Amino acid sequence: MRRRELVAAVLVSAASAAALLAQAPDRSRAPAPGPPPALKLPAIQKFELSNRVPVLFIETHKVPLVEVAVVLRSGAAADPKGKPGLANLTAVMLDRGAGSRSALELSDEIDHLGAEIGASADWDETAVAVGVPSERLGPALAIFSDIVRKPTFPAEELERVRKEMLTTFLQWRDEPEAIARVAFARAIYGDHAYGRVTEGNEAFVRSVSREDLERFHRAAFAPGNATIVAAGDVTAANLKTLLEASFGSWSGTGEKPPAVPEAQQVKGRSIWIVDVPDAAQSEIRVGRVGAARSTPDFFPMLVANTMLGGSFASRLNMNLREAHGYAYGASSGFDFRLSAGPFYAAAAVQTDKTSPALAEFFKELEGMRKPVGEDELTRARNYLALRYPRGFETTGQLATRLEAKVVYDLPDDYFTSYTDRIAKVTAADVARIAARYIDPSSAAVVVVGDRRKIEAGIRALNLGPVRVFTVDQILGGGKPRAQDPKSK
Amino acid sequence: MRRSRTALAAVGLLLATLPAFSAEPVAAASAQGGHAKLEVPYTEFTLPNGLNVILHEDHTVPAVCVDVWYYVGSAREKPGRTGFAHLFEHIMFEGSKNVKQGEFDRLLETAGGDNNGSTTEDRTDYWENVPSSSLELALFVESDRMGYLLDVMSPARVDQQRDVVKNERRESFENRPYGLASIKLSEALFPPNHPYHWPVIGSMEDLTAAGYEDVANFFKSYYGPNNASLVVAGDIDSKEARRLVEKWFSDVPRGSRVQPMAPAPAVLYEEKRMTMEDRVQLPRLYMAWITPPHLYPGDAALDVLSEILASGKNSRLYKRLVYDLQVAQDVSAVQQSQELASIFQITVTARQGHDLSEMEKLVQEEIDRIKNEPPKPREVERAVNQFEASFYQAMEKVGGFGGKADQLNAYVFAAGRPDYYNEDRARYLSLDASDVQSAAKRYLRDDGRVVLSVVPAGKTSLAARPPAPAKEK
Repeated sequence: MRRRELVAAVLVSAASAAALLAQAPDRSRAPAPGPPPALKLPAIQKFELSNRVPVLFIETHKVPLVEVAVVLRSGAAADPKGKPGLANLTAVMLDRGAGSRSALELSDEIDHLGAEIGASADWDETAVAVGVPSERLGPALAIFSDIVRKPTFPAEELERVRKEMLTTFLQWRDEPEAIARVAFARAIYGDHAYGRVTEGNEAFVRSVSREDLERFHRAAFAPGNATIVAAGDVTAANLKTLLEASFGSWSGTGEKPPAVPEAQQVKGRSIWIVDVPDAAQSEIRVGRVGAARSTPDFFPMLVANTMLGGSFASRLNMNLREAHGYAYGASSGFDFRLSAGPFYAAAAVQTDKTSPALAEFFKELEGMRKPVGEDELTRARNYLALRYPRGFETTGQLATRLEAKVVYDLPDDYFTSYTDRIAKVTAADVARIAARYIDPSSAAVVVVGDRRKIEAGIRALNLGPVRVFTVDQILGGGKPRAQDPKSK
Repeated sequence: MRRSRTALAAVGLLLATLPAFSAEPVAAASAQGGHAKLEVPYTEFTLPNGLNVILHEDHTVPAVCVDVWYYVGSAREKPGRTGFAHLFEHIMFEGSKNVKQGEFDRLLETAGGDNNGSTTEDRTDYWENVPSSSLELALFVESDRMGYLLDVMSPARVDQQRDVVKNERRESFENRPYGLASIKLSEALFPPNHPYHWPVIGSMEDLTAAGYEDVANFFKSYYGPNNASLVVAGDIDSKEARRLVEKWFSDVPRGSRVQPMAPAPAVLYEEKRMTMEDRVQLPRLYMAWITPPHLYPGDAALDVLSEILASGKNSRLYKRLVYDLQVAQDVSAVQQSQELASIFQITVTARQGHDLSEMEKLVQEEIDRIKNEPPKPREVERAVNQFEASFYQAMEKVGGFGGKADQLNAYVFAAGRPDYYNEDRARYLSLDASDVQSAAKRYLRDDGRVVLSVVPAGKTSLAARPPAPAKEK
């Protein structure tokens, strides 16, 4: 009775407020969205240069900018045995001398054009991209093609970059996130190609030679291994003329990189603590081997992950951040590569809450194996599908989308059918994904934090065998310092 | 470079009539023609409750951004409650009278929306990016918290976000190498009574002390529609968007009148030297000066100076310290433009075997060189061309941090007008080498700055020591 009176009183006051402000809207329920708008993607134009290099292009004239990228299907996964980091270092060295220009001359001309040129090696590709105001596309492409085709890898520049990278590795010791990244890859993949980071390691950087760079460049940077993607304020005819002038005479055979073998799944659970004395937080990573980009499970995996840790309202974030306040945020993801990349769940949590936070991680992973509600499923599907068009707004975004299409051989209707394919994901799909990919009984756990304060609590959780490492052992490639005989 | 303002305006008018830009190659970069006018058409009006509203149409993708700026930041905080403006920003996502706790994000995500907010010294912003079919939902949640936040506020919600913010502080400052340096710098640059003295993130003690009463008072003082500006940008029909804005925001009651801030201008009359130990491998030198506020004379010249000093391999500091001598790992220079005063900051990380006295000497030599002779025209051109390209990049994205909705609000805040793009860009295009030299001379004073050394624990000997006084001749 009391409750009903209370409601009546609220209604009265709402009514009188409405009388005062005639335009007061009905706030009792949230406005329902209209039918979702479709993605109006401009056509992907395709043509070939005279040397058969394919070009994918999206024309858009909103702003006077053009983005062009040369995509090579050779990335860190193509690093030769014993030379981890070669693809990355080759990319870094491209603009340190090319054609007739020195590193300083290249940089001066690029900056003066108001252009930006960047090169990076990911696992499955090396991409070299230029973004430039459209009226200066011609001169920018002339420099850009030298950087892609004719890097000179001057010896003194290699020495500079060597020093810089060795110092970067030294600085990783200060960064719990970097330590966690290196440890996590090794904990899941061990000696497999993915058991390291794309930057490689100190031993490689110390020993790499100009000849290594030249060899990798010859093998990877060849027309048969390349696709050019472009987006922005230029017509296809003009773009073709400019690309023909800068890349049409590019020759060479190159080599197709070997496929990365499928990794073994993580067996059971193992917990690595990496000791960073006095750390204010612990970086937590929990994960295992996920799936290749080509998996037919791709869309259900996106939906399942969105529920677990792929959005703000996801379970991990709502639990660790909103319910417990242990962290500023928590997330999860599948890193899709040509071969099966990792699944990860991650957060930086306050030191004194490390073990309760870790327990919550496992609770949420376990929780995904129970049937999911329709509301939550709808939210995850909508979140992915309805925000998708916003990823096609800028020339940089468009070029990046085309890059992914090239590297992962996505079909022509991939972008326009994405929304429908997300919409088809069912609760049964999510259950299947959770059972197969989010199995917490087989998981590698990495915690980078203050061992003195966190070790006992972590051991008390009885998750599995605990090994303790120093930062040197992780970044320098050492062996575990201590084994716990009591653990399973 | 030297393009006169008059010539620029004429070119702008000419290009404004052309629907698109050509991509014909030009003979040489320096021969580039005029500068396309930056067109961001908008509608602006004010609701009876004082809310300023700006609408901008861009139909590139079927999405809309709703972006609100409240003219309050950490500069308005009281002693003992530092970090409160930012803590309050967090609380704004915890539900309001008609949006249950947790529903803010759930409703938006179900509609395919993203959202976020940020707090600086000067202002707090909030945005939702949603499909254009969900514009009304974004207006509903944004107006509900502007009007009816306190109806459901409780001490428990404050406590909960307090823990989150403390972890934000741990993640972004305490557990990050050199993370506490920026806090130390602000404290040294600005006197205790200046509102930039304390950090936006606040101190742990003050975050602990903040309570429910503070939330209520802060909301009543600063979160009225008359102290805010709303931008709705993207795939909208301006007429319909106006109707919806009026529908959802008109019943929000006007708030207290907010007086403009007028602290005594901060001036540093001395060189302050400080050393901090941190869990780091390499020592890092920070040099910082108080400089003119955003859009004030000198601000753009200092932007260009920062590029000439530390952007690109040919920049003065990079070339000397990193490229030629190879004694530093990285250098940076930035003019951090703000409402009451800006900060110009140079940062250098020394390589192993080198100390910060050596870094300081080299940096000082380069600063003196710019003060004594103007930079070469080519150096200014490089910087200006980079700034110009960044103006085009800023036209690409509608929503989120740095999107057009955010920029329109930023210009209203700083210049009183949303379409300040062309004037802003003209500040850079009209600069020449002597302007940059003058800015260096006038603002990078040796006798008014902070020199902070951050060194590995136990290695204070690596800190920058003041150079020995010059001997009498």
